[in-house]
Amino acid sequence: MSSEVETSTEEQQEMQDTVVSPEKAEEIKLKARYPHLGARPGGSDLLRKRLQKGQQKYFDSGDYNMAKAKMKNKQLPAAAAEKTEITGDHIPTPQDLPQRKQSLEASKLAF
Amino acid sequence: MDGHGDGQSRWCLSQVKGAVDDDVAEADIISAVEFNHSGELLATGDRGGRIVIFQQEQENKSLPQCRAEYNVYSTFQSHEPEFDYLKSLEIEEKINKIRWLPQKNAAHFLLSTNDKTIKLWKISERDKRPEGYNLKEEDGRYRHPSSLTTLRVPVFQPMDLMVEASPRRVYANAHTYHINSISVNSDNETYLSADDLRVNLWHLDYTDRSFNIVDIKPANMEELTEVITASEFHPLQCNTFVYGSSKGSVRLCDMRASALCDQHSKLFEEPEDPSTRSFFSEIISSISDVKFSHSGRYMMTRDYLTLKIWDLHMESHPVETYQVHGYLRSKLCSLYENDCIFDKFECCWRGDDSEVMTGSYNNFFRMFEREGQRDVTLEASWENGSPGCPLKSWRVSTGSRRKRNEIGVDCLDFSRKILYTSWHPQENIVALATVNNLYLFQEKLN
Repeated sequence: MSSEVETSTEEQQEMQDTVVSPEKAEEIKLKARYPHLGARPGGSDLLRKRLQKGQQKYFDSGDYNMAKAKMKNKQLPAAAAEKTEITGDHIPTPQDLPQRKQSLEASKLAF
Repeated sequence: MDGHGDGQSRWCLSQVKGAVDDDVAEADIISAVEFNHSGELLATGDRGGRIVIFQQEQENKSLPQCRAEYNVYSTFQSHEPEFDYLKSLEIEEKINKIRWLPQKNAAHFLLSTNDKTIKLWKISERDKRPEGYNLKEEDGRYRHPSSLTTLRVPVFQPMDLMVEASPRRVYANAHTYHINSISVNSDNETYLSADDLRVNLWHLDYTDRSFNIVDIKPANMEELTEVITASEFHPLQCNTFVYGSSKGSVRLCDMRASALCDQHSKLFEEPEDPSTRSFFSEIISSISDVKFSHSGRYMMTRDYLTLKIWDLHMESHPVETYQVHGYLRSKLCSLYENDCIFDKFECCWRGDDSEVMTGSYNNFFRMFEREGQRDVTLEASWENGSPGCPLKSWRVSTGSRRKRNEIGVDCLDFSRKILYTSWHPQENIVALATVNNLYLFQEKLN
């Protein structure tokens, strides 16, 4: 009698384990692709990334001129490879910073 | 339940605005759509910082089938790109929100905002100009005083209608974080602006001061767990406003309770279902929009997968929940990877509060009838359906069989999304934006 009850409980447990909500299944998929993903996604990392929307572009004219003076005799390393990362050791040049121009054209909705 | 539809809906395509080519410039991406309080004017904002206002033409009595069309009334550059030199940050000119002021005189006023600055614009008509000056010729050249023999009184003569937009106020430097909402108070004197961590109260007449009424910034930013995502004033009670959060809760605050409304008066939050808890739970519960009903009795919230209608008297759970696109539950992994899971969809009420609508992917939009519990999925497309022809409803299926007007979940185009929608306050006309086009739909009259 008791062994029968145990078996059916086990079966039930197995069924529950295999019936996973679609969200959970998607989570398993994501964790498989990105094993280092943090345990708490909604936590501060994600939010702080949101708060900092808009890339920070560092251009310090003091640093720039100092670097220019130091490198007068050396050739400046080509910055082409790292156009998107303007931070840290790389001293940005004015050419590296993408130009923001104002929209002079009218909206296409107005035609 | 996704809509079954008997095939034909009550809605037909009325107009499409914007270019129909595939090459879409970043600046042309529409970021705001808003009818004014009478529905006569419709404003759109885009990522290029431009605003285009359309005006409903006078009703054509000989064609009772077609409601009046919307044509361009005014267009102007609202915001320009800026650079914050102190923080080395670009400030996008993208228009985040447009809100109209109720009309008080012949001119129209609207508030428009980008991430950092709110502006009050006056849109006025000029259809007369003074003529008959004594010292000036008609072309502007000055006459020599000695050539004058008589004097005349200048008079106003009719001229071609000119619509002018001028910035009347610039409300700047009050937000450290990105502004996501503005809302005009029913007192018609004040308005609120909300960014990720703070809500500020302004008086329309004063640009040099703003009162902070909500501040959820933690003392230590490492402890940040929640941001403000949307905020709105109650349509009738000038002391009440709500703000939604990234954790799926909405707080209602009463400005009579204290100067700083960090303590909420009501907290609207549905308890989580533990069986569906996952990595994505918090992200998909984030409130992307909150809108009061016109009656002021209800409030609607939009999160990634659902629309919820709350009775303001009951905080424990919504009175109605509508599945917008539940089939996306099995696609959350890829939606997280392509960032679509962070898309902020807006929602809106019909004028009499009997229906609500919101956008989805694949240029689909969803309408839900509250009483009849009926819902429909329609497509904003200039290819299928000519103006005046009723739209056919769609179904999204997970199975492999395809009927007519059915599409599989895996075929949905997630780059074509409808985030911004607005419902005419009195007539059954809806305006919505696909990536770079404005669509107007109207309900069949018979």
